[in-house]
Amino acid sequence: MKVTLNNTSEVVSGDLLTVSELLKVKNFTFKMLVVKINGKLINKPEYETATVKEGDDVQVLHLISGG
Amino acid sequence: MKKLTFNQIKEALSTKTVGIAGCGGLGSNCAIALARVGIGTLIIVDFDVISEGNLNRQYFFRDQIGTKKVLALQDNISRINPLIKIQPHDLRLTSANIPVIFNGCDVVIEAFDLADQKQLFIETILTEMPSIPLVVGLGMAGWGENDTIHLRQSDNLYICGDEVTEIAPDCPPLAPRVGIVANMQANVTMELLLNGVKQGL
Repeated sequence: MKVTLNNTSEVVSGDLLTVSELLKVKNFTFKMLVVKINGKLINKPEYETATVKEGDDVQVLHLISGG
Repeated sequence: MKKLTFNQIKEALSTKTVGIAGCGGLGSNCAIALARVGIGTLIIVDFDVISEGNLNRQYFFRDQIGTKKVLALQDNISRINPLIKIQPHDLRLTSANIPVIFNGCDVVIEAFDLADQKQLFIETILTEMPSIPLVVGLGMAGWGENDTIHLRQSDNLYICGDEVTEIAPDCPPLAPRVGIVANMQANVTMELLLNGVKQGL
């Protein structure tokens, strides 16, 4: 399926992935992340249940210390 | 780019309110930049006290070591632009007080140091006040590599930084790169606030 990940069009295998599966496939290994699907914030406890489907806009932020 | 005279810019910005969460490297430098261009009201929040180690990047002076950051920053802003209204909050931000303190802001700026504080702030704003533009600083430790620092936008969320470089004992946050990101946050904020202002001359 085709999704937009961090403003880039990407093709990932499968028709429906949980957030956890997508993060694993795309190698987002950071402990602290902010995830949004179609503008809606997905909290960590929902990573196993919230799903990403064809055409979704997914934003993933690595939370990096420094400032 | 939109064209406005500095008088038009000052006039347009004088009615605006910007909230800054954290008065360290990002927050102090960003606040000073916004004060210089004439933002009406700055809400500044931090619970910390200035230490000598802060002086490698934060907009404070040696004789302010030991002073509360919000009070020293208020003082420094007033010395540059006494017209800026400042609301200093000497406290630790929580998911409960963030919506209260930043209520009414035109733009909110995330300027924390630690990842867990950044996460708390971003998640709270996205959940409780999603209509307010949020400008985040992510990844600015070390030196050099100007070209990795960028802006990424997703709806009302604006991310400034390289999104990669994490602080470490051998990769400290330092004035040049932290200053670039802080000023980039101020620049995005200015752009957001001046959208819709009638073009001059």
